[in-house]
Amino acid sequence: MTQAVATHEQYEADFRKLQEARSADPDWLKELRNTAFAHFQEIGFPVARKGNEQWKYTDVRKLAAETFPYDTGAAAGVDAAQLFPFDDGMARVAFVNGRFSQELSTPLPDGLVAMSLAQAYAEHGEDVQRHLARHAAYADEGFTALNTAFLADGAFVLAEGVVQTPLHVVYVTTERVVTHPRTLIVGRPTSELSIVESYVSATGGAHFTNAVTEVALEEGAQVTHRHLLVESREAYHIANTRVHQSRDSVYRSLVYEAGGGLVRNDLTVLLDAEGAEAYLKGLYVTCGKQHVDNNINIDHAKPHGYSRLYYKGILDEQSRAVFGGLVMVRPGADKTDAHQEDKNLILSREAEIDSKPALEIYADDVKAGHGATAGAIADEALFYMQSRGIDPERAMLFLVRGFVSEILDSVTIEPLRNWLEERTTQALPRFREVA
Amino acid sequence: MADLLLEVRDLHVAVAENEILKGVDLAVSKGEVHAIMGPNGSGKSTLANVVAGKPGYTITAGDVLYSGESILKMLPHERARAGIFLALQYPVELPGVRNREFLRAALDALRESRGEDKLGVREFNKFMEAKAEELGLEPAMMKRNVNEGFSGGEKKRNEILQLVVLDPTLALLDETDSGLDIDALKIVAEGVNRFRGPEKAIVLVTHYQRILDYITPDFVHVLIDGRIVRSGGRELALELEKRGYDWLREEAQTGAAQTA
Repeated sequence: MTQAVATHEQYEADFRKLQEARSADPDWLKELRNTAFAHFQEIGFPVARKGNEQWKYTDVRKLAAETFPYDTGAAAGVDAAQLFPFDDGMARVAFVNGRFSQELSTPLPDGLVAMSLAQAYAEHGEDVQRHLARHAAYADEGFTALNTAFLADGAFVLAEGVVQTPLHVVYVTTERVVTHPRTLIVGRPTSELSIVESYVSATGGAHFTNAVTEVALEEGAQVTHRHLLVESREAYHIANTRVHQSRDSVYRSLVYEAGGGLVRNDLTVLLDAEGAEAYLKGLYVTCGKQHVDNNINIDHAKPHGYSRLYYKGILDEQSRAVFGGLVMVRPGADKTDAHQEDKNLILSREAEIDSKPALEIYADDVKAGHGATAGAIADEALFYMQSRGIDPERAMLFLVRGFVSEILDSVTIEPLRNWLEERTTQALPRFREVA
Repeated sequence: MADLLLEVRDLHVAVAENEILKGVDLAVSKGEVHAIMGPNGSGKSTLANVVAGKPGYTITAGDVLYSGESILKMLPHERARAGIFLALQYPVELPGVRNREFLRAALDALRESRGEDKLGVREFNKFMEAKAEELGLEPAMMKRNVNEGFSGGEKKRNEILQLVVLDPTLALLDETDSGLDIDALKIVAEGVNRFRGPEKAIVLVTHYQRILDYITPDFVHVLIDGRIVRSGGRELALELEKRGYDWLREEAQTGAAQTA
């Protein structure tokens, strides 16, 4: 990949400080950080330009040129009820400015291990070593290399059986800092887990979240993963999620994006054994000058895999969204059934979407399809509603709610679904008066 | 006329550069049912759409008055709140919008504009379900998305359900009868007849006279090539059924030639 070397003095100073401060960490971890930082220094941040298809539409130069303080230790009062009211009835593991917060975290249900990674190195060393940095390659991914170099705290989640209570892992940023949140989710054979991974800001200003999440589903494991990016409109958010699926495992994902100034979300699901199923849904809501780029890849490596991808976007004002992604059906992945679709609703003439789903098939007897659409609200539909006495603003709100319901209806946790529905319309200034 | 409700005066309407209506006059009073008949492309739907305020038409001359006031500057929802209702020829599908929520929002908007309280959820559901049952619509249909996956007959009955629930003063029914089998046609006609009354007016746009066997019009107007070429009573529709539209078209052309 084509990448540019930027000036990284601040990152280097912070990295040295971290290695010193955590000299008691296991050797393999310190080694891992060293290797990853060396990679970062070599490749730097990715550059948007021709020939670099992965980053063609997203320019991170401004982000690369800024410096953000790291690990300031600030943990000023976080109002959980105000910031994430949707997690009523869930267990919670919380981080503030990159550090685990005991105060904001709750007790856990049976069958679930969830703790700070810093603690897991000692208590679950074997599991952590087996999976950490094994799925999210960092050799040619600048942001992931940087995250791995700063591996310190983060969330370790291990589902050992069927866990009834959903788990909420939340990363809160309260001031202008850089954080490198790291989440490792492991589903033991035939375990079931519902997890909400969310990123929120307690500040309206800029900050930089460079998150990496690894999900390992062992045989027959089922994980429902809801990934909420709802940070401040000034925030930079880079996310890289790598999912590894073993035989007969089921991965269900919802990516919800209604926040952040510059958002890049990579999600790659590797169906690495027979009979694996992946259901990926997504909703991005953009306005103002927001730029949201989703790069969603599904990698069918073994036969009898099944995947469905359905993303939707609503774009308003001068915002821009990108949907890219590849469904790869590798040689031997016969009898794969894969479909991906991206639909966009464009509310403003100045908004822009680049939607480019792609498909590569190297196996036999494969069912596969993909599609992308972008359009405005149909005049016919607006007139129909108006002709029944509904004013145009409310009619539009109805149609937008209708548009998102196909994605949000899959959220079975009611307080969460209600919150997402409300957040969606509140994220669009034109509906603030109407809703 | 004291009870004059809708008055169309020398209405000329164009779509893009094409003149569709070329001077239409029509006067509809409360208590009356008017049938507008004519061949395809004669401008019947245009007339109904323009009265309801559908965008995309250019009024090049003339006026439309409702209760004595010009409504051409009013937006579609304002006309609806004033009491005008259009049953669409092709009801629109609203993905993700449930039929019940849609109807309730519409009724709320109308009641609010009349200064009435909104109905409670239960009260509304009871009211609406009773109306739906009269029209032979399954209660499950109210939970489905508006017109999505509805059969042609279901869509038309759903329009009539909206009519009886929203209870406007002027109902414009645009080919509500087309595509209906005889049983569905009877159900739709019964719905319209229940709506009919001394305070209501109906303009029934249709290609066929069949529905007029069930909804007896007070007046029949024949629209050909953007002009009302003949008006009469119920018997005119029967004559059209026997003779078709061609004789009127020929007459109109001869007449136009003579005038010219």
